[in-house]
Amino acid sequence: MPEVSPSAGERTGESASGEPEAIKAIPVRHPGRWVATVIVLILLAILVQSFFTNPNFHWDVVFQYFVHESVLTGLVHTIELTVISMAIGIVGGVILAVMRLSSNPVLSSISWLYIWFFRGTPLLVQLLFWGFIGALYKTISIGIPFGGPQFASFQTQDFISVFTAAILGLALNEAAYMAEIVRAGIMAVNEGQMRAAQSLGMSQFLAMRRIVLPQAMRVIIPPMGNETISMLKNTSLVSVIGFSDLLYASQLIYSRTYQTIPLLITASLWYLIVTSVLTIGQFYVERHFARGSSRELPPTPLQRIRRLLFTQHFVPTITSSTQAVPVPKGGRR
Amino acid sequence: MSVPMVSAEGVHKRYGRLEVLKGIDLEVQAGEVMCIIGPSGSGKSTFLFCINHLEKISAGKLSVDGELVGYREHKGRLYELRDKEVTAKRQEIGMVFQHFNLFPHMTALGNVIEAPTRVAGVRRSAAIKRGRELLDRVGLGDKFDSYPAQLSGGQQQRVAIARALAMDPKLMLFDEPTSALDPELVGEVLDVMRELAKSGMTMVVVTHEISFAREVGDSLVFMDGGVVVESGNPREVLSNPQHQRTQSFLSKVL
Repeated sequence: MPEVSPSAGERTGESASGEPEAIKAIPVRHPGRWVATVIVLILLAILVQSFFTNPNFHWDVVFQYFVHESVLTGLVHTIELTVISMAIGIVGGVILAVMRLSSNPVLSSISWLYIWFFRGTPLLVQLLFWGFIGALYKTISIGIPFGGPQFASFQTQDFISVFTAAILGLALNEAAYMAEIVRAGIMAVNEGQMRAAQSLGMSQFLAMRRIVLPQAMRVIIPPMGNETISMLKNTSLVSVIGFSDLLYASQLIYSRTYQTIPLLITASLWYLIVTSVLTIGQFYVERHFARGSSRELPPTPLQRIRRLLFTQHFVPTITSSTQAVPVPKGGRR
Repeated sequence: MSVPMVSAEGVHKRYGRLEVLKGIDLEVQAGEVMCIIGPSGSGKSTFLFCINHLEKISAGKLSVDGELVGYREHKGRLYELRDKEVTAKRQEIGMVFQHFNLFPHMTALGNVIEAPTRVAGVRRSAAIKRGRELLDRVGLGDKFDSYPAQLSGGQQQRVAIARALAMDPKLMLFDEPTSALDPELVGEVLDVMRELAKSGMTMVVVTHEISFAREVGDSLVFMDGGVVVESGNPREVLSNPQHQRTQSFLSKVL
């Protein structure tokens, strides 16, 4: 990587090799920015100071329960719910998106109807519905529909546990949102790709799986990361049907000890930690699907550290453009 | 006389009320290189897409190597082919597109071996060996691991030709293969096509490269407004066009 040395000659004009020297100009001053920075830093300092001086935070309690058994069990449940619901949601979303783009009017209408319903009602209501599904359908049977013989019959109450109800509520809702994200991704892929794949004798299914979806992933992943993080936090809603996730576990503790704020902080810290892990995961997944992209990939943290350690100077102005295009020796002709 | 590779009789194509092809009649013999020229919007590309059933014809009869495209005739009735049969036939017809349509998430070699391994069931090692030979043949022996975005337009189009050849087609369709290229890159693609024609490949080439049509083409078709206006030996059609429309088109492009 060519470096523009800041000490290379103060005068402008030609350097010894005959190449024009990099521009060295006094940067524009921004006094407004400095004022704003100072104000923001002062406000931040006040906030941080309050964390340490306000006794109501009860940091000792926060960390006392941070690795408490029931909190950790709740955390595991929350992660399980997130992973399973998201997995089902993604698969369902892909199926719904392909149905929606299908030329079969029945399939595309049903997909539209599904999305309309599950996006149009609150997730909380859907979770309650699944929680009380036993009241709506008393039994679930396997057999010939419309009055035919039945081979097996279950009590809905036994069949759908609170965990299953939570998964159903979260996953079916997620599928509706994922469907629109996947559809946008598929539509962002050039139509010529499908044609090229078909001209080689690929079936539509194979072309979708090998050619279109991998390219759609680049568009899909950033909003999908969003969805995963939303999902992590939406799992906290399942406490309404009595499933003990992270938040519910914390609530159980503070209803006993009346240490509401500290336990809410405990739960929030865990949510923040898992979100951070997910964000890092997203970064690497994005890189994976950026293969072949003409846009340069952002450096990984490891590359960034290496670059910081092994380059001497950081030249702030105009370097990116001057470095990108190497000056041809001796100019044109 | 042997069966023509492509035979079109009164081929029509309609999009709703818009009629793009209004009765195309032509024959391409095995080993022949046919060039199709004409103003944009004359239906040249649409006709090409009909040959491998990426577009369905609305009326008429279109067959490749003696078999109807997209249909089977049985006791005087037409039956639509199953998807499997359609894709099987497409494997025998290579296609090269104006905008290359390489798969951007795969390397040059990955593009070339994708269909042989996934569709034709060729073993991966064999496909790689053949893929390297083909990329060598189009002069890209040093670009196996490059992604399309790292290649120039001319190089991309040559990869696209190699990709189509990897399925061992008996017919190659070219849809304006050089129209999207910078002028200095056109030559390298035409060279590859010239070499391919010399090797005996049957080719239908929609093009604006009149000199290529004159030198390499065995026959020339001038299309306008969805019909074949004039066809015949390229040198004769180009130097002595019979129709007024052909004359005015050629006077603008030559």
